[in-house]
Amino acid sequence: MPKVAVLGAGLTRFMRRSLETGRELCWEAASAALREADLTLADIDCVVMGTAPDAFDGVHMKGEYLLDGCGAKGKPYTRVYVGGGSGVFAPIAGWYHLASGAFRTCLVMAEEKMSPTQPHPQGAFNAIYDQFTERPLGVNLLWIFSLEQMRYMQTYGIPMESIAKVAVKNKRNAKDHPSAQLGGDFTVEQIVNAEIMAYPVTRLMVSPVTDGAGAMVLCNEDFAKKKGGKHVWVDGVGWNLDTSYWTNRDLAYPQYVENAAKMAYKMAGIKNPREEIHVAEPYDPFCYKELHHLEGLQLAGKGEAPKLLEKGFWDRDTTTGIPSSPSGGLLGVGNPIAAAGIMKVAEIFWQLKGTAGARQIRRTAKRGLAQAWGDLMQVGTVVVLGT
Amino acid sequence: MISELRGTSLREEDIGSGNVLTTEWRPKLDFAFDPGVAIGQFLQGLKEGKLLGRRCHQCGRTMIPPRMFCELCFRRNDEWVELKDTGRVNTFSVSYVNWDASRREKPQVPAVIEIDGASPGMGILHLLSEVGESVKEVMARVKVGTAVQAVWKPAAQREGSITDILYFRPLS
Ligand SMILES: [Zn+2]
Repeated sequence: MPKVAVLGAGLTRFMRRSLETGRELCWEAASAALREADLTLADIDCVVMGTAPDAFDGVHMKGEYLLDGCGAKGKPYTRVYVGGGSGVFAPIAGWYHLASGAFRTCLVMAEEKMSPTQPHPQGAFNAIYDQFTERPLGVNLLWIFSLEQMRYMQTYGIPMESIAKVAVKNKRNAKDHPSAQLGGDFTVEQIVNAEIMAYPVTRLMVSPVTDGAGAMVLCNEDFAKKKGGKHVWVDGVGWNLDTSYWTNRDLAYPQYVENAAKMAYKMAGIKNPREEIHVAEPYDPFCYKELHHLEGLQLAGKGEAPKLLEKGFWDRDTTTGIPSSPSGGLLGVGNPIAAAGIMKVAEIFWQLKGTAGARQIRRTAKRGLAQAWGDLMQVGTVVVLGT
Repeated sequence: MISELRGTSLREEDIGSGNVLTTEWRPKLDFAFDPGVAIGQFLQGLKEGKLLGRRCHQCGRTMIPPRMFCELCFRRNDEWVELKDTGRVNTFSVSYVNWDASRREKPQVPAVIEIDGASPGMGILHLLSEVGESVKEVMARVKVGTAVQAVWKPAAQREGSITDILYFRPLS
């Protein structure tokens, strides 16, 4: 497989409501990524953009709306979309643009500006439900997550407190992330006893509404060698979707994440992920999702991720476990849907490069992965990076 | 490495006060959906007080919500099957939030219900009722696996909608 390197990444602040438009946010993120890559727009051969529903921004053809802020004028430009999975799918699309041999360099963008939707962006999600068999019941987005969390808890006998510890860990980690919207010190009791949104999901188990953008610069092996220095490489990518008949699915286990991970591991030559993955950024829009995903990623057995959490196996300062969401994740840094996904890939890049600053993990890491999830809870997207 | 971070965070009061100028746009979008072959028949079944599924003879699965093709065998499936209006709770939730994030005094209890007569794991989304009005009460009465039965609207009031079933309630 042709090799693809990561040269730089950039993020904006993650905010409940930004003054900047989506286009302006993109420009800021793209500039930051080009700065780290030590390149200018003239060096960029193609641009890929990942962003979630048009309904948030209230702009149809959102990819085109954002184009100029992405540096894509006069370049091959593609928007890719797999709902919440888009932010990790965008670097995957960047990877295949380069692995195809068609281009030397690719600027990968991800953006979300959720705040324009009134009264609440949740309303835009009602249209993901079936028009006939579901919407007339008076649906709301939180249902599917609370239903999935309940199934996960009752299948394996997982207590609320174990689930809540994901928020404690991630919000604590996020205190050291400059982009973070919701970092802080919380107790398990505060998370469990927060306002009930849709039981078993409480308010502090949910990631916030966020505006933000992120960017990465990828290049092929030739370009990386000419540039010189040590690089972080894309070792494997994978993606997979389950049936859209979500009420017919196994809600206790994300099979599609397993399928995506296995595709990426095979490409990376990884046989035993628990030994060969040293740091992970699984998608955590809700507390239980991080645990669910760690199991799908084969980093824990079915129903075992919460037990490992209790033992500190996923803590950032672990020397024997696998640090999970050292960035602070969506629960701590914020959840501008697609931008949150690329934030996770950027975190693995910075961790492997050793430039994560106060968030730098203690154990040595040669390989890490980022994963996102979305659409109608049916897509897994996985990127494995290595040094 | 995050060297220079951009983005200007606004506060709620910046918006109404005129500190930041905003423009509002209220789209009016009306849609009329065609039910399709499978769901059209399914809705007709509801009007008649029946839950209908589709069976595939190749893999043997009986599917609800029904579709005219089997997504596994990828062939046209074979026959309509009348299912029972009973089933088991696959999962449920106690929801205090409306679609616009406003809060409810009394919760709704959405559930995925695996319908008796369909293949294992084949569920539909609906609501539970007669199960209490607080998390504590609902959790005491409902579990994954609880047997439930549909409560239908009176025949004269049915209109061929999923809401022709008012809700599901525990069998015992
Ligand atoms: Zn079949």
